[in-house]
Amino acid sequence: MPDSTLQLPIATHTLANGLRVVLSEDHATPIVAVNLWYHVGSANEREGRTGFAHLFEHMLFQGSEHVGANEHFELVQRAGGTLNGSTWLDRTNYFETVPAHQLELALWLEADRMGRLLPAMTQEKLDTQRDVVKNERRWSVDNQPYGTWWERLPALCFPPEHPFHHSLIGSMDDLSAASLEDVAEFFRTYYTPDNAVLSIVGDFEPQAALAMVERHFGGIPRGVGRPALPPMELPPRFGSWRREVVEDDVAAARTFLAFRVPPCGSDGWYALALLASVLGLGEGARLPRALVREQRVASDAGAFTFDLTKGADLLICDVTARPGVPVSTALEALVAEVERLRRDGVAPAERERALALIEASWLLQLQSAGQRADKLSQFATYYGDPRRLNDELARYRAVDVAALQAAAQRWLGEDNRVSLSYVPKPAAQEAA
Amino acid sequence: MSRTVNSAVRPSPGAVRPYQFPETAETTLPNGLRVVVAPMRRLPIVTVLALVDAGAAGDPAAHDGVAALTARTLAEGSGALDGAAIADRFEGLGTSFDASADWDSTVARVTVTPSRLEAAFSLFSQLLRAPSFPAADVARRREERLDDLAQLLAEPRGLADIRFTGFVYAGARYGRPIGGQAASVRRLEREALRAFHAAHYGPRTTTLFFVGDITVDAAVALAARHMGDWTSSAAAAGSAGVVHATMRPESRRTRIVTKADAPQSELRVGHVGVARSHPDYLAITVMNAILGGLFSSRINLNLRERHAFTYGASSGFDARRGAGPFVVSTAVKSEVTDRAVQEILREIDAMRAAPPTVAELSLATEYLAGVFPIRFETTAAVAGALAGATVHGLGAEWFRTYRDRVQAITVEDVHRAAQEQLDPARLLVLAVGDPATIGAPLEALGHGDCAVVSATDDPTEDA
Repeated sequence: MPDSTLQLPIATHTLANGLRVVLSEDHATPIVAVNLWYHVGSANEREGRTGFAHLFEHMLFQGSEHVGANEHFELVQRAGGTLNGSTWLDRTNYFETVPAHQLELALWLEADRMGRLLPAMTQEKLDTQRDVVKNERRWSVDNQPYGTWWERLPALCFPPEHPFHHSLIGSMDDLSAASLEDVAEFFRTYYTPDNAVLSIVGDFEPQAALAMVERHFGGIPRGVGRPALPPMELPPRFGSWRREVVEDDVAAARTFLAFRVPPCGSDGWYALALLASVLGLGEGARLPRALVREQRVASDAGAFTFDLTKGADLLICDVTARPGVPVSTALEALVAEVERLRRDGVAPAERERALALIEASWLLQLQSAGQRADKLSQFATYYGDPRRLNDELARYRAVDVAALQAAAQRWLGEDNRVSLSYVPKPAAQEAA
Repeated sequence: MSRTVNSAVRPSPGAVRPYQFPETAETTLPNGLRVVVAPMRRLPIVTVLALVDAGAAGDPAAHDGVAALTARTLAEGSGALDGAAIADRFEGLGTSFDASADWDSTVARVTVTPSRLEAAFSLFSQLLRAPSFPAADVARRREERLDDLAQLLAEPRGLADIRFTGFVYAGARYGRPIGGQAASVRRLEREALRAFHAAHYGPRTTTLFFVGDITVDAAVALAARHMGDWTSSAAAAGSAGVVHATMRPESRRTRIVTKADAPQSELRVGHVGVARSHPDYLAITVMNAILGGLFSSRINLNLRERHAFTYGASSGFDARRGAGPFVVSTAVKSEVTDRAVQEILREIDAMRAAPPTVAELSLATEYLAGVFPIRFETTAAVAGALAGATVHGLGAEWFRTYRDRVQAITVEDVHRAAQEQLDPARLLVLAVGDPATIGAPLEALGHGDCAVVSATDDPTEDA
């Protein structure tokens, strides 16, 4: 491998209450990142409560026993730090990067809300955050061109009973139905030290940091055990080509073509991640080159994996047609590139190009202490071992061109496709 | 292990650890090319950034968008290489060539591991010096710009941004997008790009920054090897299009850009702001942090946490060589559009009416000073900051003294900045939304003349 080999120092500890702690020192800059992953996301929501995991994430910024509403934000910013949280299908993360001498403040804030959230929860706060989230939904989904793809595509790709089928941001009705009792139950079930990973990256001394962690998190009781998710396993392929066409308030057509592929991080997945890069990462990838540069049917074309580690992942190609170009033209051109890949395979130089870009993007991401901490929490949560981060690039490199073609033939065929196409509404009339 | 810890007690901070912004060394090659090197040894990464004094404010008349299109077409051909071959070469090195124009300059960038630096920089310098602008690729890039514009205008946020600046800077270059509007973009032929490149890209208008895992000597030698023999009579594009702060709209007014059935209104409230060179720039920055720059700012806490009108609301001053806009931005549920506007106007008035509290001031200054090292974790961030300092003539001292100067700002400074830089009598209120829902309530607010305009009929388009 070139000089992008990375050997991060990674140490792990587990507290008596089950909290897993990952430490990675880096003394180059006097800052430290604190990152908590809770192994819960929209997949864990019960029927009639879509969007609740994300609404709950908002509630975690509304204070805890010793922290006032919105004070979490204020204290971290006053300390000179940055912070946020995010919710995904099967995890929720909370993170701050602070000047190194403020590490204990960040840990105390996270511990107070892990250990003592409920005394601060009120109906008024819930009502406010419910409306904030409804506005988030309007902003990111309902009032955005193509914005509904986030819920339409998973709904097409996962069967109705599957935990990844339903909307992450949630329906307006379900958001309205969420109650304080739901908050308490969700908190007691999932926000427990044994369902979390705490990563600390940056300028700290391990013994001192561990003592702080023990001091603030050690007294939080273990949970009673989270309920298992319903079965996540799926047939290896969709079994057919499902198609949906949606009229939207858009200037140009866009099509998503999804394939069901092995779970992210499994042995078979790395070939698909490389194929996604061959197809859609960078201007020199096949889709941008063929559809944007040569055929001039698209203004934008890419491909990526959704990175789901449970049940099955998705490889998704997305192509935005040039204004006036019919969506069928864009989709045909996209499919032709997929078929060419299946028929002719990948040239060694294309594999090298994809590897070089993947390696570089890892290296660039890992410049940031916050991103490093997030990756460590991710690997500890999904794979049970954050040290695997140091081997990750070798897993991509182990895939040769023969394996790439075999994966293309196995996973990218007609019996394993979902297409979701957005087309402009016929001449939307405008109020005078 | 002790269990006597009192969880109610907030931990006090440890000892502050010293931070220093990366040291820089500056050299000028005999041909006039400036080279700035900032070694950072954290990871095997180097960012090379070329700053060219060729911003959109210097676009020739009737050629809006030429600076931007020139930058975007640099990598479409040079010598025997076509655009596809260039993309392949950079991507094979695990990087990409990224060039774009802003109001004040054009910036080209590549970030790469040290072992691939020579190969990447060799091609990088060739593209800056001798791009061939093939006619077919110029045409394609031009069409891409037109497609982007169509997409932006179909999107409530893009539409709001474009129409807001169009109204605020009516007739001036700042009122039209950096990349140009459809009419001017259609006029941009290969010859216009070649002429712009020849006039403004040269050793005397360019500063090269090397940031990351490289020594000063190695960087200067590399620059000399590939760009030391670059000669050109190019001169700075200048700033004919910059706007001075005196140019503000005559009076307050309200504009509704029609988006029928919109569930939300995209709101923009603001006016012409200040240039980056304004002597009160730091006080203005702190004032804005308190008003709408931080999550815990007055506007965000009011609109989001108190009223739940929105997912988020913020304000900003876009400081350029000329007076960029001051704007409050948010998206609110349609039914509360008038009340949201009222709250924004109220917060602007309150900011002027009295100095902030000491707690508000310290939140802003402690944040800005403390977050400083976090902003500069990456080689690309440091290179970008150094380039910005060069554009505005700030010098390396700016970074060394920044934190002390921010912490010296007083409540009186903030109050003065608010009184001088916020001008309620001249605020434009713009909403992209459904006139059927928001028209009458907004008109009833009485914020100046209120008019509904079409989304497609843009008065700045004929420029």
